[in-house]
Amino acid sequence: MQQLPIGATKMLSTVKPLLAETAAETKITARGVSVFYGEKQALFDVDVDIPKNSVMAFIGPSGCGKSTFLRCINRMNDTIPIARTEGTITIDGRDIDDPELDVVELRARVGMVFQKPNPFPKSIYENVAYGPRIHGLANSKSELDGIVENSLRRAGLMKEVHDRMNEPGTGLSGGQQQRLCIARAIATSPDVMLMDEPCSALDPIATARVEELIDELRESLTIIIVTHSMQQAARVSQRTAFFHLGKLVEESETTTMFRNPSDQRTQDYITGRFG
Amino acid sequence: MLEHTVKSYEEELKLLDRKIAQMGGLAERQLAESFDALERRDPDLAEQVIASDKRIDALEREVQEHVIAIIARRQPIAVDLRQIMAVLNISGDLERCGDLAKNIAKRALAIAPESHPKPIITGLNHMVELASHQLKDVLDAYATRNAERAVAVWHADSKLDNLYNSIFRELLTYMMEDPRNIGLSTHLLFGAKNIERVGDHTTNIAETVHFLVTGQNLTDDRPKGDQTSTTLISPDWDKKV
Amino acid sequence: MTEISADPIRVTHNWGSNEARRRVKARYTADRRLQFYGIAAIGTAMALLAVLFTSLIHAGIAAFTTTKVELDIFLDPAQIDREKPAKANYRKLVRGAFKSYFPDVKSRSQERQLYGIMSNGADYILRDYVVGNTDKIGQTVKILVPVSDPFDQLYKRIIPRRIDALSIDRIALFNALRQQGVLSVVDGSGVVRTTVYVDPGKVPSEGGLEAADYDAMVKEGLRSLFLKEYSRSYEEIVSDAAAGKLKALVAADPSLVGKTIDVDLPLAANYDNLLQTGQATMRNPRFSSDDEFVWFDSLEARGLIANPFSWELFFNADSRFPELAGLMGALSGSFLALLVCFLLSFPIGIATAVYLEEFAPKNRITDIIEVNINNLAAVPSVVFGLLGLALFLNTFGMPRSAPLVGGMVLALMTLPTIIVATRAALKAVPPSIREAALGVGASKQQVTMHHVLPLAMPGILTGTIIGLAQALGETAPLLLIGMNAFIPSIENIGLTQPAMALPTQIFSWADSPERGFVSRTSAAILVLLGFLIVMNLIAVYLRSKLERKW
Repeated sequence: MQQLPIGATKMLSTVKPLLAETAAETKITARGVSVFYGEKQALFDVDVDIPKNSVMAFIGPSGCGKSTFLRCINRMNDTIPIARTEGTITIDGRDIDDPELDVVELRARVGMVFQKPNPFPKSIYENVAYGPRIHGLANSKSELDGIVENSLRRAGLMKEVHDRMNEPGTGLSGGQQQRLCIARAIATSPDVMLMDEPCSALDPIATARVEELIDELRESLTIIIVTHSMQQAARVSQRTAFFHLGKLVEESETTTMFRNPSDQRTQDYITGRFG
Repeated sequence: MLEHTVKSYEEELKLLDRKIAQMGGLAERQLAESFDALERRDPDLAEQVIASDKRIDALEREVQEHVIAIIARRQPIAVDLRQIMAVLNISGDLERCGDLAKNIAKRALAIAPESHPKPIITGLNHMVELASHQLKDVLDAYATRNAERAVAVWHADSKLDNLYNSIFRELLTYMMEDPRNIGLSTHLLFGAKNIERVGDHTTNIAETVHFLVTGQNLTDDRPKGDQTSTTLISPDWDKKV
Repeated sequence: MTEISADPIRVTHNWGSNEARRRVKARYTADRRLQFYGIAAIGTAMALLAVLFTSLIHAGIAAFTTTKVELDIFLDPAQIDREKPAKANYRKLVRGAFKSYFPDVKSRSQERQLYGIMSNGADYILRDYVVGNTDKIGQTVKILVPVSDPFDQLYKRIIPRRIDALSIDRIALFNALRQQGVLSVVDGSGVVRTTVYVDPGKVPSEGGLEAADYDAMVKEGLRSLFLKEYSRSYEEIVSDAAAGKLKALVAADPSLVGKTIDVDLPLAANYDNLLQTGQATMRNPRFSSDDEFVWFDSLEARGLIANPFSWELFFNADSRFPELAGLMGALSGSFLALLVCFLLSFPIGIATAVYLEEFAPKNRITDIIEVNINNLAAVPSVVFGLLGLALFLNTFGMPRSAPLVGGMVLALMTLPTIIVATRAALKAVPPSIREAALGVGASKQQVTMHHVLPLAMPGILTGTIIGLAQALGETAPLLLIGMNAFIPSIENIGLTQPAMALPTQIFSWADSPERGFVSRTSAAILVLLGFLIVMNLIAVYLRSKLERKW
């Protein structure tokens, strides 16, 4: 990690550091990212570095631009006709706006999980197989089966669905549906996963499962999660960024952020003192 | 600072502050009264001090329960979390201060019939005044969230240690002069040690206040003034110092 | 947050007061009233529908059966050439067979009346039968041929044998005479006593009394009986013999010329009947003689008349004779036109809607296109017919009356409906599905083809079928491009062949004077409604079948 904010290096003796402080590699770099919806600017000049194989949480009040920024990373904002993005985002040093980089390929490499579980109205198998199939990741049926199985296993869903792969994905419970969506996203073997409030529609048990899954996926993926739950951000992430009114107010290690944020606005927001 | 959107949360945190203030007040009074009982050889006052320690203990339990309830219900973070942790620590320290005062009161009962050597009592009086002052200061620092004041208290603890060192030496001399003084002196020595311990708890509180306000621990080594644990009892000990 | 810390909410409202209770009651009443309006509206609609269907079924049910007479025909090999079975004189065969039932009918005029009982198409039916069964030549076969329309209607008790001869007006006129006491029965026949002025002016100088206009005198005399004008119908109250009677009187006594005399003029037959029996009926003029009834009754008594289900209604081509007219031409024409309409409007409509909804940028041009499509849906269908006439027929010179052109015109009309329905169905696909697909790296085209269209398909199909159903019932544009041709044969069915459509067939039958077409029209409407219901059921079925239940 680069320049750490003051005091981030010292912990309260009772709080164990969640992430060993190694100089982690930077996966995603954003410089001067601004987003406009028509005339209205939704995001102001965001600079952030997201380290590899870690979870970064974006927090902030509704409409603060955190989801907007998240959707910049896989260029989902391109699908909104009036949206316009400025600045640069690089993944592994490669500019995502590079005209030689295909946006479809980018989205396959940057998986996304949405607020509401949104499995396709198809079978569980088809849900997971869809991505690999359209990108031609499997050369044979058995290879595809392997990808599907592996994705479901990594999403911790295999045990629950192994005997009903051909049943509709929408017949699963909310938590299972969300894990199915995660399985679908990891089926194209992305190295970045964007999660837009993935647990906001889930009950606490399902939420815990997803959080556990996020923790496991961190080993191989760089995860960015937008959440409204401070506790969730504190539980799953290593670093946290606080957005307010379209600006990145503060970005630091999660333990620091939740123990001793440096910005008064962050403090007020996370302790529930917002006006 | 802005208030919490949830008003009852705000109330709960304020209640904790009030309890700490209450405990601090009680601890200060206990300390002063226990010394009064020692100085004036007043067994009734000593008994009263011993009895009132229960109040502090009860308050500490109340604080703990409140803290547990707040953690369970509010999941405090950032400044609120630090406050909760601070309150828990401070209430523990204050409870210990109360215990130490009680111990002084017990010793006051034990040595009530005997006559006290005037210079030593005067030295002890200084210690008690200083310790009380420190305690009051650090509690003010807590109430006003003033880290600088807490740091000042923290540094000032060495004065108390120095006083203790000199009383220690004096009492040693006193005991060596006449073995009959040993009983009385030992009690007085423990009394002095207790006051010095109050000072240590005060510095703990100062550290806690500093952390509460700044979110950072006081990292420097605290100037340690108490050298009695390394002092040898030998006839020529004073020549070494 | 601090501003909320005002007074706690104070409850001052008394929920138990009479005022409050009255309000609650009023609210419930209003609820019930609204419900009642709804039920009343639905009830009215249902009642009207029930009336429509009842009247249609009541009128049309008769057309679903055909009255037929059984004929025993010897297929004489001498008359039917096995090589060219279609060439034989089947009329002779049929008539011979029918005539054999009534050996005592001799005169030619009677024969003509007798053959009138059979449908004109009887010989063609026999011909088609023989052509289809050449092995039967030389044998005696029993075949059923339809009876002609009046007997069909008679058998189904739609028309009576006898009808009232006099209208209510005429009976009123007659009753006015009766009140004047000028009517009487003399020698078994009714007469009216009239004052007649034997006008010398009506006796011409040449010809004398012989050539006098007694008819005019009688009419003059009759007119005097009536206080007010009853049009000229009073003239028919006396029989043709009245003038003769006056002539005879004057001839017997030439001195009557120039005098006013009272004469008993004989009543016309219907009025005579009315005077003597209290009622006046006559043979239904659709039948030419009472003999026909006798013959028909005798056929019925011999069990030769049957009334089987009329497959002809569905499988015959159109005809001028209602008992032979069928819907085959119209059904095939409608089917072909709808097929063309579907093949054109479905892909074009979906492509348009998908482009507008999924790909088109939102700007002025697409806005204008959108508004225009919505407006097109409201354009009267006759305008599309005119367009088809001007463009397809006149400019492109495409064949008149052809289902191809009909289908193209209907496609123009259906297109906006399909586009609007498809766009609505596409809009209804939750954006989360699109996002999900985009999120795994699907391209725009993949999102549309793999996810959005399949999900929108039930809605699209429903819209399409409703659009096609609308097209099926459309008349005006088809009339304009001539799809109301009279096609008495179903041999030439094709996209470019002249054809009918169901609604134009209904239109044309409704215009025909024959009594049998009244029920045919209703039956055709029922068939059309049946198809519409079937199409709607298909829409419902497709919807429930294709709609993802997950």
